[in-house]
Amino acid sequence: MANQIPLVDYLVLDEPAHLRAHECTSCGARFFDRRNACAGCSGTEFRMVDVTHDGILTSFSIVTFAAPGVPVPFVSGIVDCDGTSVRGNVINCEPSPEAVHLGMKVRLATYVLGTDDNGVEAIGFGFEPAN
Amino acid sequence: MSDDIWILGIIMTKFGKHPDKDVVDLASEAAMGALKDGGVTMKDMGILAAGNLMNASAGIGQQLQKQIGQTGIPVYNVANACATGATALRTAIMAVKSGEVDMGLAVGVEKLAGAGLLGAGGTPKSDKKEWAPSGRYGAVTSTDGRIGTASMPGVFAQVGMEYGHKYGGTSFELFAKIAEKNHAHSTLNPLAAYTKRMTLEEIMNDVMIAYPNTRSMCSANCDGAAAAVVVSGAKLRTMSLEQQRRAIKVKASVLTSDPYEEGCQVLPNVNTLTRNAAKQAYEQAGVGPQDLDLVELHDCFATAELVHYDNLMLCEEGGAADFFNSGATWRDGSMPVNVSGGLESKGHPIAATGIANIWEVCHHLRGEAGPRQIEGAKVGMAHVIGLGSACGLHILERSGL
Repeated sequence: MANQIPLVDYLVLDEPAHLRAHECTSCGARFFDRRNACAGCSGTEFRMVDVTHDGILTSFSIVTFAAPGVPVPFVSGIVDCDGTSVRGNVINCEPSPEAVHLGMKVRLATYVLGTDDNGVEAIGFGFEPAN
Repeated sequence: MSDDIWILGIIMTKFGKHPDKDVVDLASEAAMGALKDGGVTMKDMGILAAGNLMNASAGIGQQLQKQIGQTGIPVYNVANACATGATALRTAIMAVKSGEVDMGLAVGVEKLAGAGLLGAGGTPKSDKKEWAPSGRYGAVTSTDGRIGTASMPGVFAQVGMEYGHKYGGTSFELFAKIAEKNHAHSTLNPLAAYTKRMTLEEIMNDVMIAYPNTRSMCSANCDGAAAAVVVSGAKLRTMSLEQQRRAIKVKASVLTSDPYEEGCQVLPNVNTLTRNAAKQAYEQAGVGPQDLDLVELHDCFATAELVHYDNLMLCEEGGAADFFNSGATWRDGSMPVNVSGGLESKGHPIAATGIANIWEVCHHLRGEAGPRQIEGAKVGMAHVIGLGSACGLHILERSGL
């Protein structure tokens, strides 16, 4: 485990891996990166909270044309994790309109993005079908 | 009424490829055209507001002055994503409304032909041989394509799909039919970049960019410019009867940004700020959606047009799919939308778009739209969205003289 690093710092590689967010202590608004004041209520105090693994796919697009270096096709998704919206790819699922549908139950999953010259694995995340 | 505001002159250039003209040439063509259309010159202008998003730091306003007239007036160079043109116009309107000047010029110009995919990729960042966290999210490599998409076709695809999740009634075919309508409308617009009618099959079988948006359901990157002369009601009344007859009243001019809501920083929310702008605009103008004879709205993608039927309150909340399926938004329907062909066919030279859509509405209100004229048009609306987000909304009315 010491030889792993998350793709982004809001992915926590505990067992099980999970996402975390900065939550405004006044209104509960959640942000995946830092805020000086809450965009919703102007509160200035935040605490770190864990985001639930399970969610509902509320929107998606199957991207077949992207910037150079971005592998296609991939499924970009928006997932409602018990009231917290999360952006992530839908993974472990065929990227087709037949396989991916609005309202489907998904759960957080991780995968190895690649290994660097020091043998460190970068770990990415996505959401996979939960059924 | 001493604080009424009017469009005195307005024009858009042909949208498309202009390899022989640079940004200043295009801006000049639009500015000179708008001045001529209004029967005035640069010497009459008290303010210049100018937008050119892709070179926002280059000072297009002052470059334009050096090309057509350095009169020493204040220049406001504005940038507000795809709402840049509407923001330039609104800046001129605010200057006139404040009483500081009695006439102002707004210009929007863009050279985008062949620009390709916008929004995606972010800062180029190759996969390193040593993972090192950097940036606001401590990312060890590029996140575009790994944590969803930043590309415009994909983002706006999700905007439309989200509407479908919330209210139902949407499908790939439905979104494609919206593009079919706009491409059909474009055949009557000689200034559109693309004027070819496309069948539903051609649209659905076109190259898929970001499901459910195929290439012909995406706005076209192209070159173009548009400009408008704004005048106070008091000044207009000193001008010729012909100028007064052709002048178009600005019944409402609104600019909003996106208020915080859960999820709005994960998938941009283009809905609430549009709805807020619409409410303000209808109140300012003293009209309702039922009073509109035509609407030009921001169909940067076919998936976007659908949600704005709802956001602009052209239909019942949640009823956009039924509303479209009723045929209402075709040019012979009860609420013609994007009779110009929309951004999907007319093209979307970003900073020009928010003035060009005003021109389209004015063209009909003046009764000068030729074969594509919406007969008897008295009141119209023009809407743009700049992702990030900004919403510009104008309601316009013919003079009645």
